[in-house]
Amino acid sequence: MRKIIGLLLLGIVAWGIAVSLTRIPFGAPKTKVGRYYVDKGVPETGATNIVTSVVLNYRGFDTLGEVTVLFIATIGLGAVLTTGRRKKSERKIEPASLILYTGCRFLFPLILLFGTYIFIHGHLTPGGGFQGGAIIASAFVLIYLGCRGRRISELGSKLAESLGGLIFVIVGLVGLAVGGYFLINFLPKGIPNSLFSAGIIPIIYIAIGFKVGSELSSIIDKLVEETE
Amino acid sequence: MIPIVAFLLIILMLIAAIAASIFKDLINAVIAAALVSLIAAILFYLLQAPDVAMAEAAIGAALVTAVFVVAIRRTKRFEE
Repeated sequence: MRKIIGLLLLGIVAWGIAVSLTRIPFGAPKTKVGRYYVDKGVPETGATNIVTSVVLNYRGFDTLGEVTVLFIATIGLGAVLTTGRRKKSERKIEPASLILYTGCRFLFPLILLFGTYIFIHGHLTPGGGFQGGAIIASAFVLIYLGCRGRRISELGSKLAESLGGLIFVIVGLVGLAVGGYFLINFLPKGIPNSLFSAGIIPIIYIAIGFKVGSELSSIIDKLVEETE
Repeated sequence: MIPIVAFLLIILMLIAAIAASIFKDLINAVIAAALVSLIAAILFYLLQAPDVAMAEAAIGAALVTAVFVVAIRRTKRFEE
């Protein structure tokens, strides 16, 4: 009986998705705002990656909200998982196999470098603070797999996280003081396609990269700590 | 060329998704779910959305898998 109801519900959902997908004219220009971003995005913001110019310039305030949501989720997880006691685990930690250990030591700096590259070049190439931060956090997952017993320093991750959030808000407030509204792009735009261009966008994306990277790796750290 | 590759990838993705839901060993199910994310990332790349592909590959295939594996170590490995 339950299986029949489940299949019926699944069928209804599949029918709904299929009907709505056939109604969407894929590829057809639907809104004027998309055309506007494609045409005016590069001259107005200086960022050649139009996704970045939308995320940090046209819709910068929404991104601040997104970063805040991630921050609140991390705080909530920390409140649930660490209940005051930080007792040392008496179980002896088994070392990882030689191949995993060597591979992790070899790959960790490369992945870290790649994540940093992604968020520093967020205004030029695909990617940005969120993607770079997630890549950095996956490097720390590798450390927890390969080099057991190693921990990221809690103070360091908290510092990086708070500084990232602080820089985002301060840059926005400076814009409010200088240009009249929050997160205005008050620095010179520079030549598009060069590393030092697009005004405040690289600064904010570097801050977001540090913030997201430290938040996601501290989530992993808390979960692993709870397990051992 | 690309439509054929995308078609094959979608078939593989469907197989991985069904496998993730029927495996009794939850570690295998998590790996199958990671495969779904990885193929989704490749499809995003083929659809010219590299930003989303990057986020999907890093979060869906790496971090979510790690969180699930840690959760399985805390609870039970096999589904009854």
